Amino acid sequence: MTEEMIIAGFGGQGVLSMGKILAYSGIMEDKEVTWFPSYGPEMRGGTANVTVIVSDTRISSPILQEFDTAIILNQQSMDKFEKAVKPGGTLLYDPNGVINPPTRTDINIYKVEATKTAVEMGNPKVFNMIVFGSYLKVRPILSLDNVEKGLEKSLPERYHKLIPLNLEAIQKGQEIVKDVQLV
Amino acid sequence: MGEVKLMKGNEVLAEAAIRCGCDGYFGYPITPQSEVMETLMARQPWNSTGMVVLQAESEVASINMVYGAAATGKKVMTSSSSPGISLMAEGISYIAGAELPCLIVNVQRGGPGLGTIQPSQADYFQAVKGGGHGDYKMIVLAPSSVQEMNDFVDLGFELAFKYRNPAMILADGAIGQMMEKVELADYKPRWTKEEVLEKNGDWATTGKTASRKKNIVTSLEMDSAKMEQNNLRFQEKYRKMEEEDVRYEAIQCDDADFVIVAFGTSSRVCLKAVEVARAKGLKVGLLRPITLFPFPNKAIKELARKTKGFLSVEMSAGQMVEDIKLAVYEAGSNARVDHFGRMGGIIPTPTEVVEALEEKFSWELSYGVKRSY
Repeated sequence: MTEEMIIAGFGGQGVLSMGKILAYSGIMEDKEVTWFPSYGPEMRGGTANVTVIVSDTRISSPILQEFDTAIILNQQSMDKFEKAVKPGGTLLYDPNGVINPPTRTDINIYKVEATKTAVEMGNPKVFNMIVFGSYLKVRPILSLDNVEKGLEKSLPERYHKLIPLNLEAIQKGQEIVKDVQLV
Repeated sequence: MGEVKLMKGNEVLAEAAIRCGCDGYFGYPITPQSEVMETLMARQPWNSTGMVVLQAESEVASINMVYGAAATGKKVMTSSSSPGISLMAEGISYIAGAELPCLIVNVQRGGPGLGTIQPSQADYFQAVKGGGHGDYKMIVLAPSSVQEMNDFVDLGFELAFKYRNPAMILADGAIGQMMEKVELADYKPRWTKEEVLEKNGDWATTGKTASRKKNIVTSLEMDSAKMEQNNLRFQEKYRKMEEEDVRYEAIQCDDADFVIVAFGTSSRVCLKAVEVARAKGLKVGLLRPITLFPFPNKAIKELARKTKGFLSVEMSAGQMVEDIKLAVYEAGSNARVDHFGRMGGIIPTPTEVVEALEEKFSWELSYGVKRSY
């Protein structure tokens, strides 16, 4: 199993930290992981993206132009990465922030109203964990037990009290994800 | 098994330094390696192992602090990125001339000049051919993963002390910024005063006792005849490195018609390119030099006798390609050597590499044999 994915959105949406929690969960599942961020001026005020690769075997290139899965959280990222999903791959997006929905017909498309749900939950900061939950629902590559362990590992101890809230958000994300198109 | 963590390459460098019993780090921040000192400052090893961490006023000061501290026979290091390493070049030459062991890390960014903060491999020549003035060489290790960033700190020190010579880890911004699973080494205590004396007492300035001769550390020798002898001794040392400490990894090279040669980040891209090429039915292998100096010259020579061509893939205009050409020439082979690279902080993609291979070796691919001139 090798899952090559891109998570892309605005800086501040928790894109990099979602990738980090995903990678740590992968380690808990005894897999090889690579987390490769955009860094430098790209990060400042603009879009942020991170490539995460989870695999049973040695990971080759951290630089990819095709992905099994793309999680897209703003329009700029949709313009850039919709075309980068492998045929038969998965695209997950939040319609809030995406003006033009995806048009590809050869990929699986899922929609998650994460921004809206985060507001309903009264905590916009769990936005990324809602998206993460939806991802885990449609691509169940990691067990929830290991995701919980991944959260423990990646969050500093002083934030461990927030783990139940994050798990709740992941749970919520699993419930609200909707199929748009399945191939 | 050691502690397993998810860490950035730069963070791992700092962690590995503390754990391998490093005595001192002297540096000056520069993107994309600033996390090295950030991590060291956060870890405060002066409270645990006693390791000194100091932010100098400049790169020139850092390397000269390394020079001074290395003269005492202790394990000391610095790190920087391309423009900073250029500033250190004079000091590195002095350290090589004075035959002192130390570890220098270059997390490369694109140049020339201030260039860009994105990753590059354009300091290959600077690292393997000298960089500073005079006939000297450094041992140059090229990590291609975060795990190797960890492993090469200890290895770098080991080789530096084996040869009393500066060793360099030549990484790049991508490996510095990337997080991967890493198994950290167990803690090794720093050398005690007695251990330093036992290991390095015959050359280091450890404080002269009545019973031994003076140890003088200098790169200066005004007598040309003696200076030539010094140079001959250095050259002998470099030849010994070539005999004993070449490291490389050969992947699917046994039946390969074409061999990609790549190190560091570009070798990771090429590992994928080999998969893509093999899926297309092209017999492609990958030779990944781990030591850039000493260069895996013999491995290239052996491959040159059976392969049709070599493609050097570098994040530069083509530097290592010259060393490959030299090896192929020495082998008396007519295997063709070509280069593909991206510059300015751009990392090539696996597909680009395969397309370049198909284009540059279209003659060999069409006719199935080596092209003769």
